[in-house]
Amino acid sequence: MPGPMRNRGPRVKVEHPGRIMKRVLSYMLSNYKWHFAVVLVCIICSAAATLRGTLFMRTLVDDYIVPVLNEGTGDFSGLASALASLAVTYAIGIVCAYGYNRLMVTISQGTMRNLRVQLFEHMESLPIKYFDTHAHGDIMSVYTNDVDTLRQLLSQSIPQLINSSVTLIATFFSMVFLDVPLTILTLIMVGVMLCAASKIGGLSSRYFADQQKDLGALNGYIEEMMEGQKVVKVFCHEEKSVERFRELNSRLRESANNANSFANILMPVCANIGNISYVLCAAIGAILSLSGHWGLTLGTLVSFLTLNKNFTQPVTQMSQQVNSVVMAMAGADRVFRMMDEEPEADNGTVTLVNVRENDDGTLTEVKERTGNWAWRDDKGGEVKYIPLRGDITFDGVDFGYTAEKTVLHDIKLYATPGQKIAFVGSTGAGKTTITNLINRFYDIQDGKIRYDGVNINRIKKADLRRSLGMVLQDTHLFTGTVMDNIRYGRLDATDEECRAAAKLANAHGFIKRLPDGYDTVLTGDGANLSQGQRQLLSIARAAVADPPVLILDEATSSIDTRTEALVQEGMDHLMNGRTTFVIAHRLSTIRNSDCIMVLEHGRIIERGTHDQLIEKKGRYYQLYTGNAIGED
Amino acid sequence: MKRHLFKYARGYKLETVLTPTFTALEVLLEVLIPFITASIIDSVQAGDMMGIYKNGAIMLVLAFLSLVCGALAGKFAAGASSGFAANLRSAMYDNIQTFSFSNIDKFSTAGLVTRMTTDVTNMQMAFQMSLRIAVRAPLMLVCSMVMCFVINAELSMIFLVALVILGCALVFIMSRTFKLFEQVFRRYDALNASVQENVSGIRVVKAYVREEHEDEKFRHAAEELRRLFTKAEGILALNSPVMMFVVYGCIIALSWFGANMISVGGMTTGNLTSMFSYVMGVLMSLMMLSMVFVMITMSAASERRISEVLNEKPDLTEPDDPIMDIPDGSIDFDHVSFSYAHGDGEETLHDIDLHIKSGETIGIIGGTGSGKSSLVSLVSRLYDVDSGEVRVGGIDVRRYDIESLRDAVAVVLQKNVLFSGTILDNLRWGKEDATLEECKAVCKMACADEFIDAFPNGYDTWIEQGGTNVSGGQKQRLCIARALLKEPKILILDDSTSAVDTATDASIREAFATKIPGTTKLIIAQRITSVMDADRILVLDDGGVSGFDTHEKLLETNEIYRNIYETQTQGGGDFDEGKEGGN
Repeated sequence: MPGPMRNRGPRVKVEHPGRIMKRVLSYMLSNYKWHFAVVLVCIICSAAATLRGTLFMRTLVDDYIVPVLNEGTGDFSGLASALASLAVTYAIGIVCAYGYNRLMVTISQGTMRNLRVQLFEHMESLPIKYFDTHAHGDIMSVYTNDVDTLRQLLSQSIPQLINSSVTLIATFFSMVFLDVPLTILTLIMVGVMLCAASKIGGLSSRYFADQQKDLGALNGYIEEMMEGQKVVKVFCHEEKSVERFRELNSRLRESANNANSFANILMPVCANIGNISYVLCAAIGAILSLSGHWGLTLGTLVSFLTLNKNFTQPVTQMSQQVNSVVMAMAGADRVFRMMDEEPEADNGTVTLVNVRENDDGTLTEVKERTGNWAWRDDKGGEVKYIPLRGDITFDGVDFGYTAEKTVLHDIKLYATPGQKIAFVGSTGAGKTTITNLINRFYDIQDGKIRYDGVNINRIKKADLRRSLGMVLQDTHLFTGTVMDNIRYGRLDATDEECRAAAKLANAHGFIKRLPDGYDTVLTGDGANLSQGQRQLLSIARAAVADPPVLILDEATSSIDTRTEALVQEGMDHLMNGRTTFVIAHRLSTIRNSDCIMVLEHGRIIERGTHDQLIEKKGRYYQLYTGNAIGED
Repeated sequence: MKRHLFKYARGYKLETVLTPTFTALEVLLEVLIPFITASIIDSVQAGDMMGIYKNGAIMLVLAFLSLVCGALAGKFAAGASSGFAANLRSAMYDNIQTFSFSNIDKFSTAGLVTRMTTDVTNMQMAFQMSLRIAVRAPLMLVCSMVMCFVINAELSMIFLVALVILGCALVFIMSRTFKLFEQVFRRYDALNASVQENVSGIRVVKAYVREEHEDEKFRHAAEELRRLFTKAEGILALNSPVMMFVVYGCIIALSWFGANMISVGGMTTGNLTSMFSYVMGVLMSLMMLSMVFVMITMSAASERRISEVLNEKPDLTEPDDPIMDIPDGSIDFDHVSFSYAHGDGEETLHDIDLHIKSGETIGIIGGTGSGKSSLVSLVSRLYDVDSGEVRVGGIDVRRYDIESLRDAVAVVLQKNVLFSGTILDNLRWGKEDATLEECKAVCKMACADEFIDAFPNGYDTWIEQGGTNVSGGQKQRLCIARALLKEPKILILDDSTSAVDTATDASIREAFATKIPGTTKLIIAQRITSVMDADRILVLDDGGVSGFDTHEKLLETNEIYRNIYETQTQGGGDFDEGKEGGN
């Protein structure tokens, strides 16, 4: 099997940020078009309210304060009503602000849920190959890290960017309305600010790339050393291990320092260029006002100064968002990459149905569970029912995990219903690979596999797999009760049926002794159970599914003799009367098999019953008598 | 952030102190700017051109200074926080190196990696935020308030009212969301755990065609998360309208009262405009504080996880007056009892009394949970006994220098690991300055030479992380060779040849007998053939000694041994092993 491809550290470079951004937005808009329209209206209203407040300064100073100072008489009768109308405007602004903030929560969280669900559903539809060729840690990081950066993008960056741009545009027009020369001055200063921001931002992102690289290297090292920490201890290798760690750690410190320095400088530089712009406006505006040019009144100047602040602030905020947007795009890229993976193809049309046997021997399809199954083949418009018996043949099957390297050559085998076929051979001979082909975890390159005479490529994958039971060497249990885990084999099984299956699998005894019996909650892949108990549960799970064909991978890991006897007996019960393919390690299993396939380097080199093979004095005999010389 | 982690800023104290200092300076300068703007506006009203020039110049200088201070603060903050993070990682790593096996057992590998990477990054951000904003916001608040009172104490009362309203609202919002966010993050972890379960158990999911069932479970969990998240953030969405309410209220009140005051000559127009600026300053800083609060809350979980590692005390201690030399390879267990939980919980080994001579080969056999691995790990003091004494060379292992003891006792662990590097690099873990000849010699003994020579690059073949590019059996042989290079007085193999075929297994044992006869060998195995020819065989059952004798004697006297022998040779056993007698 090809080794997992590990890409360390997040990629910083994204190829088509525009395209990705568009895709993210279309995600959001597809379900929340109207919500989003309301958000836009609210943002505009709220910005307008703020603007009206700013412009009111001019009215306040020019219409009320200056006349009072100049004429010495106070006529504030109009002021109260002006303030009241401003208050109403403000109230609308506040309501709008709450409206869009609250709606954005609904939109971003709803979008996140849709995204998560879609990502998960897509992942479930991916072929086994995807999981075999991608490190599980990398898959997990898509959920834990990348989806999270998207959440920040949706709930923080996007509303802020919209808000900033609306403020920016509105403020710009108000500034032009109030005073053109000062607007030009402000624009020049914003130009300076953007220049500085892009310079600093460019440096910062270069160092950020370094930081990501160093972080990746350090993560990899930590991962490796933690995995081997016990070996480090027994070899007293602590100092060596620390030495290299120090080196990587200080390299990361340096690049983090550089990257963050520039990122940190960005904000004060922008903010203070904003301040300088404010100061220049104040001074130059004052001069203009005094010299009486362009009719710049004091009130206008006061209003304009506030507008100046309002104009530079969103620019600063937007330049700050750039980094998080870039990071979110990188995360989105990985999320979409996973979503764009080709799902498991299924062109099968033959389905598995419940049937009842009529008196004349023909089969009739029925809805309810009868215990009798048949393949329904609609080929050529004519419906044909083939009884499910568990007859499996391999005919000249070739297979490789990659096109270049064939690992199974010309496999031929034949299993009639109820037969037990054992695969033996050294590690890497291809035993597990063969079992991966029957249930179409992988598709063969050449040859044919037939199930009850039907080419398995024509059977719907779900139905094919439903007709096969699997007990794997590594047992995987799910969070939930013991009962839930057994019922995983067949969701509509009653408690009684689950108990019966547990009894058949010899699991009933230990389950009864658990604190809450069948209701004991298992967490963390059944960490609270022993290896043997987990195996018993996985046998029970297969037993409740009650499939006609079984694929068993006998565990090599040694469990204590008592449990081992139980597991062995459970397996025997399960195999009884079913076609079974077993990757065998136990002598008793092998000897009871109807046919033993001896595999070497992806070929079946010997086949026959135990006695026949012993007689032959070939590879099996060598393995059996322990005189084999060779590689594993 | 709790105080105790602040000590990890050591070595970056200067930066840690300079960051808030420059931040403070920046704030002071920024606070002065609206004050001087007021003068300019008043100058306009008074028609004082000189005043405008003077104040304009002062303001420019202030803004420049503020820029410099801000930039310096940012730079120092980056230095301090990245240094802090590096120290934190280093401290964790160092502490992990002192961990004993029982300490390591407590943490999972993935857990340790997350703690040292993601969690540290979270803390780094929180630290940087604390240094900058936690200083900036309160200072801004206080300074703005002071300036307001300087300008006009009466009008400033409006602020006090506003502050109280805003403070109450923020406290209400924060306290409501805090609990919700805790729930959210717990759900989030559970959701990710279920993804993890699906990724690792995908074969089961697919084999049982349970994709839709899992989808349904996930949809449910994702919806629940959405509901909680929306609830929490929905309350948080009150933040900005509340702030706007207060700011607008202040502006309206200031306009009314300010205009009236100006008309009676109580203040100037410039003063009024600078008051407006300060309103914004005060309220913004309050908002920032609440943001910092949220940040720090979120980093609290990271901090807890980091502290767990940092506070973990190694439970093995070096003796005061350590013995550096191990006289010989004899091993004595003197009424030893041991449990992983030390005292409470089930005893893994009880009352073990054994005496092994230097140079003996001892086979150890017994079911899972019978205590085989536990027993041998006491010899190199990977764990300490609860009662009794383990002696190597006649001296209690607890009196040796740990490093010297472990140099003399080589253990090939059951779950062994190779590291990324060449084969030679890996072998030299056993002996740093080993020559190629020495390495070849041990590989020959461990029967690893044949396959190494078959690699195109021989001893320079690159081993991938975790040794994924060599087979299980090859890995085991390399691990044995690595241990042999230590030239130990005692060699312990903990089920180390399980993936090696029977013939090779036999020749490795043969090599041990001829090449290193003086070394005491403890061999744990599942296959009875691996231990049959040992000088003596120890049969363990349920943490106690069931038998300790030669193969022949045990067959006669020990029922467990006879049972294992019979099942393995007469049908119930492991096919991959050699058979003697057979049917």
